[in-house]
Amino acid sequence: MNESRRHFLKFAGLTAAGLVAASAGGVLASSGGGGAPAKANKETLHATQWGMVIDTRKLSTDEAIAPLAAACHALHNVPNIPSKQNIKWLWSSSMEEAFPDFPNKYQSPEVEHRRVMLLCNHCEQPPCVRVCPTQATYKRADGIVTMDYHRCIGCRYCMAACPFGARSFNFGEPREYLDLTKLNKEYPTRMRGVVEKCTFCVERLEVGKQPACAEASGGAIAFGDLSDPESPARKALRENYTIRRKPSLGTEPSVYYII
Amino acid sequence: MKLYNGGSILTGLVIFLGLVTFPLWFNAGSKAYSQPEVKLPAKEKECIESKEFMRKEHMQLLNEWRDWALREGKRTFVNSKGKEYTISLQNTCMKCHDNKAEFCDKCHNDQAVSPYCWDCHIQPEGLKK
Repeated sequence: MNESRRHFLKFAGLTAAGLVAASAGGVLASSGGGGAPAKANKETLHATQWGMVIDTRKLSTDEAIAPLAAACHALHNVPNIPSKQNIKWLWSSSMEEAFPDFPNKYQSPEVEHRRVMLLCNHCEQPPCVRVCPTQATYKRADGIVTMDYHRCIGCRYCMAACPFGARSFNFGEPREYLDLTKLNKEYPTRMRGVVEKCTFCVERLEVGKQPACAEASGGAIAFGDLSDPESPARKALRENYTIRRKPSLGTEPSVYYII
Repeated sequence: MKLYNGGSILTGLVIFLGLVTFPLWFNAGSKAYSQPEVKLPAKEKECIESKEFMRKEHMQLLNEWRDWALREGKRTFVNSKGKEYTISLQNTCMKCHDNKAEFCDKCHNDQAVSPYCWDCHIQPEGLKK
């Protein structure tokens, strides 16, 4: 054998370079997102920032809002827990609770005593997404703030961060409070220890349908792309005086209220 | 050559070998391992990918399905033959494999794995209290 040290080092160097190149190639090939064999549904409704305009003149009582909450909660298997640990995706509150930045005295009593339909605001700058340590909550390209429950570790940072109280935590097993014979079998439930909230019915938008509450509202809710001047939401914003919840916080909510 | 404490060492060795080989002689008389018989869908003969692929890769596929559907908004899967399927565990997989106990559980129990799919997803048999 006539192996010189120089010879050995050359081979060692080449081998190492080859291994690095091979593994880098492998990583690139396996992560290739562009080649993913998945695409959006044909019926999917596309937007840059989905938004909702709620007419508080029409949805002004608990009786008007309850059917919308019922439709939403039945569709998404949201339990009704008779305690402070209840789960809510869509609920009603007083004007004062909904708009604490709106402190005018001596308002029209009719406006002052309206009930307001509340839900996740799908903020343009969502604080819940910023604080989530596992990226279980994220903002999609269409502006919807939604969750991957598989990743949620139940730390509840998002609940602390959300200034709108739009998030609920499953302190117990939600299935214990669901009517198991009346579940929507097209949609999952959640499990103990995860946070949940409104998703703007992303699973309905992807089959070309409007959100369940907008559909059940009989025209009191305009839903559409806020970046498209011709969308129903923008039309409603053009034609009516609207306010948003807690605008001073700078989260840029995508849910507007016609007063 | 003299073996010091030979008695204890040999006894110890015998006990040790006995314990180490316990699984071998304990199972010597029992039946050979047989693969679990899963119940395949009666109506549908073809899965979204080949049987071999699904056997080996269904967990990775489901992980990718989840991320495509939830994060990227892509809910149509194009398989290796170009056929399209809706990305959904409850509404695609379990529409054909309509019996979790006879399909999923058979192998998972056999292999002692307990995936947490059904903590949230609803099996086709429905839920019971």
